[in-house]
Amino acid sequence: MTLLHRRKVVRMLLEQREGLLAVAGLGSSAWDCTDVGDHALTFPLWGAMGSASMIGMGLALAQRRRRVLVVTGDGEMLMGLGSLATIGAHHPENLSIVVLDNERYGETGMQKTHTGCGVDLASIAKACGFEEARIVRHDAELGSMRSSVYRARGPLFFQVKVKAEALPLVLPPRDGNVLRHRFREALLGGSAANR
Amino acid sequence: MSKRAISPTVQTLDWPAELHRALRSHGVRQVSYVPDAGHKRLIELCQADAEMVAVPLTSEEEGVGLAAGAWLGGERAALLMQSSGVGNCVNAFTLASNCGFPLLMFVTMRGEWGEFNPWQIPMGQATPDVLRLSGARVLRLEQAEDAGAVASAAAKLAFDGYASVALLISQRLIGTKSFEEKP
Repeated sequence: MTLLHRRKVVRMLLEQREGLLAVAGLGSSAWDCTDVGDHALTFPLWGAMGSASMIGMGLALAQRRRRVLVVTGDGEMLMGLGSLATIGAHHPENLSIVVLDNERYGETGMQKTHTGCGVDLASIAKACGFEEARIVRHDAELGSMRSSVYRARGPLFFQVKVKAEALPLVLPPRDGNVLRHRFREALLGGSAANR
Repeated sequence: MSKRAISPTVQTLDWPAELHRALRSHGVRQVSYVPDAGHKRLIELCQADAEMVAVPLTSEEEGVGLAAGAWLGGERAALLMQSSGVGNCVNAFTLASNCGFPLLMFVTMRGEWGEFNPWQIPMGQATPDVLRLSGARVLRLEQAEDAGAVASAAAKLAFDGYASVALLISQRLIGTKSFEEKP
C-alpha cells in the first residue's frame, strides 16, 4: 500500500484557503503548514504539546462564522485525548481536526506512537460524538476531506495515515508574541488587535 | 476588633455572584471549568448567562488552550478550577508566557485551611509557587466583601496587562469540606 505524503495532504487543505483559520500542532505539522506558505491566519505551535485542538476550539467558539482547522500529529493528539471528549461534548460545528498520522514521534527519533500499536484515534473521536470521524488512507479521499473541512457541519475528525518521512524543515516565526499579534491583526483589524 | 471578627455576617454575602459580575463587566465570554464545590454557584451563574459560553473540561490544561484560542479569535476567556488543577496546567502555561496571551484563572484552594484530606495538601501548598514559577501573577481573595474588587483587579491585570493572573480563593472563605456534612 502506498501511504500518503503529509505535505501533499496539507497543501491540498491549505491552498486557496478562503477564510479558513488554522492552528498547527508543534513539530512536523507546523513545518508542513509553513511549507504551503507562512500565513498570518495559521497559528503554529512550538510547544505546549497537546494544546492544539483546544486552541482550535476556543477560536471556533469566538469565530462561529469562520471555518477552523487544526492540523496536528498523532503524538500531539495523543497527549490531548481528553480534548476530543471536550470538543465532542460541546460540539462546535465549525471545527475540524486533521491528524497527520505517521505512527511516529518524528522530531525525537521516529519512535513508534500508540497509533502504531493499534490505537484508532478516529474511533475515539467518533465515540466522543464528532459528526464525522474517519481514517483517510488514499489520494482519492482527499478531495472529499477538503470539502468537508470547508463546508460540512462539524466537529469533524480525519486521521490521515501518512508515510513516516524526514522532510526539510520549513520553519514559521518562533516569537509567540509575533504569531499572536499578526493573527489578531489579520483577523480583527489593527485597532481590535491592540485592544 | 479585627476584620475577621465581623466575618460571620459578611460571609453571607453572595461572593460568587460578585465574581460573575466582574467577569461580565470585563467582557468575558468563554468560561471553562473543571468543577469544584467552591465554584458550584459561579459555574451555575455562568451557565445561566446568555452572554457567556460555559465549557466543561476533562482536565484543566485544556482551559489554557481554550483561552489562547478565544483571544486569537477576539474573545475573552476565564478558567475556573481547584488548586489541584494548577498542577495539570504547568506545561500549557508556556502558551501564555511565550505568546503574551491573557489568562484569567479563578482557583478555589484546597489543602490550606482545615483540610481533612491529606492528599490535597501537597498540591494546595505548592499552588502559589507553581503559579509564580510558571509566570502567573497571584492575587488572593480572603473576604467575601472584597470579591468584586479583587476579581475586577485580576481581570484588568490579565486583559489590559496581557498577563497570566490567578485569583486564589481562600479555603477559609469557601468553607472547609468534610464528609460529615450533608451534601
